[in-house]
Amino acid sequence: MTFTPESLFGRLDDVQADAGYDDEHPPRMGFFTDTSICIGCKACEVACKEWNMVPDDGFVLSGMSYDNTQSLNANTWRHVAFIEQPVDVPVPEGSGPRPAAAGTDLGMPTVGVPQGLPQINDQEAPSGDGGVRWLMSSDVCKHCTHAGCLDNCPTGALFRTEFGTVVVQPDICNGCGYCVPSCPYGVIDVREGDGRAWKCTMCYDRLKVDETPMCAKACPTQSIQFGELTELRERAQARVEELHDQGVEVARLYGADPEDGVGGDGAFFLLLDEPEVYGLPPDPVVTTRDLGSIWKHVGAAAVGLAALGAASFLGGRR
Amino acid sequence: MAEAHPVGFQWVVEAKKRGAQVIHVDPRFTRTSALADFHVPIRAGSDIVFLGALINHVVSNDLDFRDYVVVYTNAAAIIDERYQDTEDLGGLFSGFDPETGHYDPATWQYAPRPGSDDVPGGEPESEADSGVTGAEARQSHETAVSDTHGSGGPPVPHKPARDETLQHPSCVFQILKRHFARYTPEMVEEVCGVSPEQFRKVADALVANSGRERTAAFCYAVGWTQHSTGAQMIRTASILQLLLGNIGRPGGGIMALRGHASIQGASDVPTLFNLLPGYLPMPHAGLHHDLDSFLAGQEGKAGFWGNVRTYAVSLLKAWWGDAATAENDFCWDYLPRMTGDHSTYTTVKAMIEGDCKGYFLVGQNPAVGSANGKMQRMGLANLDWLVVRDMQMIESATFWKDGPEIETGELETEKIGTEVFVMPAASHVEKSGSFTQTQRMLQWRDKAVAPPGDAMSDLEFYYLLGLKIREKLAGSTDEMDRPLLDLTWDYPLDDEGEIDAAAVLREMNGVGPDGQALSSYTQLKADGSTRCGVWIYCGVYADEVNQSRRRKPHWEQDQIAAEWGWVWPANRRVLYNRASAAPDGTPWSERKKLVWWDAEAGRWTGKDVPDFIADRAPDYVPPEGAKGPDAIAGTDPFIMQTDGKAWLFVSSGLADGPLPTHFEPAESPFHNPLYPQQSNPVSTWVAEETNPLNPNYSDVFPYVYTTYRLTEHHTAGAMSRTLPYLTELQPEPFCEVSPRLAAERGLIHGDWVTIVTARTAIEARVLVTERLRSLRVGDRWVEQVGLPYHWGPNGLVPGDSPNDLVGITMDPNVYIQDKVGTCDIRPGRRPRGPALVTYVEDYRRRAGLGTAHVPGRVNGTEVDEPVDPAVDKDGVHEPEGGEA
Repeated sequence: MTFTPESLFGRLDDVQADAGYDDEHPPRMGFFTDTSICIGCKACEVACKEWNMVPDDGFVLSGMSYDNTQSLNANTWRHVAFIEQPVDVPVPEGSGPRPAAAGTDLGMPTVGVPQGLPQINDQEAPSGDGGVRWLMSSDVCKHCTHAGCLDNCPTGALFRTEFGTVVVQPDICNGCGYCVPSCPYGVIDVREGDGRAWKCTMCYDRLKVDETPMCAKACPTQSIQFGELTELRERAQARVEELHDQGVEVARLYGADPEDGVGGDGAFFLLLDEPEVYGLPPDPVVTTRDLGSIWKHVGAAAVGLAALGAASFLGGRR
Repeated sequence: MAEAHPVGFQWVVEAKKRGAQVIHVDPRFTRTSALADFHVPIRAGSDIVFLGALINHVVSNDLDFRDYVVVYTNAAAIIDERYQDTEDLGGLFSGFDPETGHYDPATWQYAPRPGSDDVPGGEPESEADSGVTGAEARQSHETAVSDTHGSGGPPVPHKPARDETLQHPSCVFQILKRHFARYTPEMVEEVCGVSPEQFRKVADALVANSGRERTAAFCYAVGWTQHSTGAQMIRTASILQLLLGNIGRPGGGIMALRGHASIQGASDVPTLFNLLPGYLPMPHAGLHHDLDSFLAGQEGKAGFWGNVRTYAVSLLKAWWGDAATAENDFCWDYLPRMTGDHSTYTTVKAMIEGDCKGYFLVGQNPAVGSANGKMQRMGLANLDWLVVRDMQMIESATFWKDGPEIETGELETEKIGTEVFVMPAASHVEKSGSFTQTQRMLQWRDKAVAPPGDAMSDLEFYYLLGLKIREKLAGSTDEMDRPLLDLTWDYPLDDEGEIDAAAVLREMNGVGPDGQALSSYTQLKADGSTRCGVWIYCGVYADEVNQSRRRKPHWEQDQIAAEWGWVWPANRRVLYNRASAAPDGTPWSERKKLVWWDAEAGRWTGKDVPDFIADRAPDYVPPEGAKGPDAIAGTDPFIMQTDGKAWLFVSSGLADGPLPTHFEPAESPFHNPLYPQQSNPVSTWVAEETNPLNPNYSDVFPYVYTTYRLTEHHTAGAMSRTLPYLTELQPEPFCEVSPRLAAERGLIHGDWVTIVTARTAIEARVLVTERLRSLRVGDRWVEQVGLPYHWGPNGLVPGDSPNDLVGITMDPNVYIQDKVGTCDIRPGRRPRGPALVTYVEDYRRRAGLGTAHVPGRVNGTEVDEPVDPAVDKDGVHEPEGGEA
């Protein structure tokens, strides 16, 4: 393993090799979540918990549409967001999913649903006006090319697998929590009463035996697709073009670009609106981006300080 | 469909990816709506108006698929000139008897062919001719006989006179046209709350996607079935699909999304009181003295139902084996007989009245899942014994200690004599067996793990119960015990010592004289040489192979995927697929070809198994007097119907009329704008103290409620709200209302609200959401309260059951209840304990329930004047089982 500037930021085509795996390593595996065909059934959430023995997340009626698990966290590794919004524009015929609402709140990125409670309006419009839209999206750990959680883990509990995914080893994690603020998506989380950090493993144990991760296996509409990342990216691009051809201009990919702030996500998405609508950061950047330059600056500063010290020492001799 | 059938919905998503347009008509905006091209919010219970207007649109503008309609449906049939329509009689058809609340369908019959010796419809061919008219019709309707034609239509006495120009004023097409003339887009707006623009969009999409080159499909669920006009709602869609030529063709049809895994199987095999396996009707004590009188009127008619004797005898042979002989009428007398309506809600009433003493609940939780929970629990509390087979301790097993009536004091634990036996059940992964889904497809499951503890499969339970009973009866000389002692109960056991489920499937399939599995129901004989437990399943064990266990992936097969599972009948994937070809036997279009006539080979061929007599040429005309399959013409695709045609107009078999007609739900805030007749005149109301109805047009109950499901829970909740991973997804009972209703009643998102009907009041959290639309109906708004019904007092997150609010008024054909009614909704929690009873009483008093609207028919007995069962002479409700 050689530590290069690319290890921290920018395009990195072979993340496993960068992590030290030899040429024989398997291809990088990933998720492509096509939210345009998500029906919000939450089978992914349940299947994930069943397989990975993740505890329930408490029984709380949130009032945020049909989203009661509310966010990705230590106890919810797949999370289906329900974005329910009034829409005043009429639905163009055959246009597929509804166009973006005007005046979407572009607030700070949060995990979960930005607009839980529907706005009350007078509903003076006649029936069948497409008065509401309901976007559903199954969120998950992005398994970043440049994973802040991994880079900042002091114990080595977080590691890069041979499949290019990022996994916590619970028997090594000491619960320091450094990983939590390191994630630009707010995914990894410390479990209350347990103290250790938990998140999606992309079912590492299943991948080891050539099985599909549970969420993708359970998804009835193939909204969650699992496969080789390069192949998934091609498939996703084709799907976006297909939707554009059908007049769904709002369709776009999120996290598919290897040049983005995290070097591209291992789990990326097709969205029907701006990422903020789904509670996703519009321009995520790995928190260790500047680590290299920080070290350079630190190094330069150290050299400068040393020189200054030497100079003053030498100067003192005069 | 995405909401309640997410797994099936994957194929809708797949179709959409390939360019199909998806339209969703539903009172609420669901997960289906979110994926649909467009959603049409509609007032619950107004579907016949919406669909009827589509029919009107098609027939008034000559948009029907005329070549299909003339030859394949009974559009050309001429009806008895005495027939009078709802147009003539203010919402009633001819033949209505206000005394009994029943129809006599004599005037709905086909007119005889000129020059034939057919008898006019009023005179059946023989005395026992299938209950077409008069007293027999009444008895038939009491026993829901129209529900017993699942694999074919009821027999008609003769083929009709026809006018293929469709111009004769008494031909079905013209009657239909007149009948639906008042179902206009304006009427749709007034009744359904759907704008003419929105209606037009649906109509255009439907018409554009029908015809030679294209087909359209309908999917429905309990949104249609659970209404007092439910069967007719589905009929309306059937008529529309037939007019558009969308039946029997690939990509067409009407798909019933069943309420539960294998509900289709539960009608096929069946668990219904009025059916024997394969839709043979259950015999009636007053009508069917022997096999001959049972089969008279069915046997020998045109079509495959004409072979009914072979099905019935083979069934009796499957059940009683060597004991069934020609001399003893194949043990015909061993079969139980009906004496009237023994449907579920009538049986609950019989429990309350002490006539029903014992009850089995098998995977069913009526205290939560059935309408009028209080009535259910009052019934259960009055039994001698109750057997509950379930995976969880459900409310129907614990009502005696923690039911809502214990809290209010209407029931007292010490005074309940019901002995409850809870028998733990195996889950679907803990047993092998088959599911039959809505496409009539049997799919086999293998057992994955053994059930825990004492839990066992239903099959094993009943097998052992049968052994025990027979052990107790061994040596009995009482004739009454012969049916049990003579049963074929000699099933092989599997490696673990349990009854082998595959052997039961093989018994359903049937065996020939050589003891080998049969491959087709056409092999069945009436002489007792064949045995077959379910004639429509004959072939599922062909070649001694469990065909339902085939799992060849669809990507290794053609589009029909004939090697996945097995579909009755005869592994046909599309029923009546002769209709996918034109009358001359050529496909309607290359794009939609499915089966066609191969003139060279002299056979029907194609991608699917042809649903027709294999070598019957398209130009075959049956000779006069032909019987059974011989009477099917080469252009008669509907081979189970006794005239070979699909029925736009139904001469026999329906309790509430030959054509669908809109009536308001039994509880409605609106007058019926179509007819003076407000609600279904033959709908059935269960007359019981616990089942009062809200008056129509009441200011006290001004809102419409409709119950429904959520993806996250399963029916009455025993399998979901007991599990943390499902409970957390929808952790509390809630209702859904529009922002407008919230403002009107001061309901705050996330807070508690109380919902009230004449039955009871419940509390829930409220979600104020645009997904529930305020609808403009006529000159007023209608507000609908959405009630997911999954909760009850047990489970991880207890709560009130919305089904406690629902009254029992039923479709007269199938005895399924309304899921729609009226209610009030108020902010805050409901009163506790006895105060709840007073609270609801007050509502009833304010609603003036003394003049409650009561549908015409009450459990088959006449109603002289309006009855208010909830209020006694002094106007004070006397809670049953309370302090005397």
